[in-house]
Amino acid sequence: MNFFTHLGRYLLMIKGMFSKPENHRLYWKELMHQCNEIGIRSVGIVVIISVFLGAVTTVQTAYQLITPLIPKTVIAVIVRDNIILELAPTLICVVLAGVVGSRIASELGNMRTSEQIDALEIMGINTKAYLIMPKILAALIVVPCLVVLAAVLGIWGGKIAGELSGILPSDIYNEGLLEDFIPYNVVFALSKTYTYAFIISSVPAYYGYHVQGGALEIGRASTTSVIISCILILLADYALAAILL
Amino acid sequence: MIEIKNIHKGFGDKTVIEDVSAVLETGKCNLIIGASGSGKTVLMKCIVGLFEPDSGEIIYDDANFTTMSPEERKQIRQQIGMLFQGSALFDSMTVEQNVMFPLDMFTNLTGKQKHDKVNEVLERVNLTGSNNKYPAEISGGMKKRVGIARAIVLNPKFLFCDEPNSGLDPKTSLVIDKLIKEITTEYGMTTVVNTHDMNSVMEIGDNIIFMHQGRKEWEGTNNDIIFSKNEELNKFIFASEFLRDAKDMRMLEARGKISDNRNMDELLK
Repeated sequence: MNFFTHLGRYLLMIKGMFSKPENHRLYWKELMHQCNEIGIRSVGIVVIISVFLGAVTTVQTAYQLITPLIPKTVIAVIVRDNIILELAPTLICVVLAGVVGSRIASELGNMRTSEQIDALEIMGINTKAYLIMPKILAALIVVPCLVVLAAVLGIWGGKIAGELSGILPSDIYNEGLLEDFIPYNVVFALSKTYTYAFIISSVPAYYGYHVQGGALEIGRASTTSVIISCILILLADYALAAILL
Repeated sequence: MIEIKNIHKGFGDKTVIEDVSAVLETGKCNLIIGASGSGKTVLMKCIVGLFEPDSGEIIYDDANFTTMSPEERKQIRQQIGMLFQGSALFDSMTVEQNVMFPLDMFTNLTGKQKHDKVNEVLERVNLTGSNNKYPAEISGGMKKRVGIARAIVLNPKFLFCDEPNSGLDPKTSLVIDKLIKEITTEYGMTTVVNTHDMNSVMEIGDNIIFMHQGRKEWEGTNNDIIFSKNEELNKFIFASEFLRDAKDMRMLEARGKISDNRNMDELLK
């Protein structure tokens, strides 16, 4: 299948999601279930990655700023802006594309190959609305929360690393955090996050929903969805930076 | 009643179903039989709307399914129950939750009413007490029965069974066949069974459609099969020497050449 066939089927899938729910209560239940699966289950990995990202950024920035002419508060400024602008939204979403994306693709792929999706269709349920829409909505709700958490923990991790290694005392780090802060950076980071959240939920859903075959194809769909999601995240990263900054 | 008129279906250049017409009657077990690749699963998927036929019509009780809008189709689909080849139970739900799912989705019954209804259908398929088990914890035969329970919980007018006996031992297959037959009569449903199981054909085949290379090759009842002279049907049904012998015996019996109450012990001496 060529690129345009995939694009067409992807757009039809998105269009097909918009219909009146057969039962609001069950859709709400599914949305909450997905918020838990995508959000709460990813908290652990997000916490670990973001703390270490902040720590490493602090240590490496300090290593590169060898001149005494530059005040040490600059390290905190660089860590803060790096984390808010790039590391928290982009890197965390690339990780989530792997963690969440592969789970979505394999769950839907398994449902497709074991005829569970057909069973829902036969009952008269819009499977795109019932299975895909809650996943995308859940990602749009919880991924920004995870990114904000990652940014806070990343900055905190930088502070801890600076203090533990003796590079940067806490008070100087705190002073640096308040220096030249541009609130628009947060808006920009959240704009990126919403875009990525849509990508990491809808692309794996597309690949999982359209699986044909067996276990091997589910694995392939899962891998392909992660690769495509990562590429799209990086493309969107550049496009949004070029447009919004 | 379901009426199929001149159905054609192909994938790319390959024609899978060619000009198939049939009437699937209410209160009867209508069997679609045929070898693997003969097009019976595609035909069933066309009838239930999982595949769109390239041409032809499918009519459910005078309502033309092929020309319906998606919303109108939803109404018909709520009158359809389907048992899938692999049972298609939701892995993350218990037996009770699986059976209750259509009730949760489409009815406004209270919790107690739903529990009562679930217990009623589970009892009907002889699965009392299995409510809290997960699909992974039950046998293949039990999964099929849960699938049947889920399919009939909304009292559908049409029941479709895709190879209900695949992967089951002969004894369990007979239990499932008997259950399908009983439910069809009890609920007055139009039942369509897709199978290549010889036992099912002889046990429950009120109306049999034999598919061969995408075409309807033969149609009749389970009694007609024995006397059919259709070469392809005989090749498919009486594939083994044992079954050919059994057919010959039945024919001799019917012509009065051997008695039905013959003493087999004496004949075998």
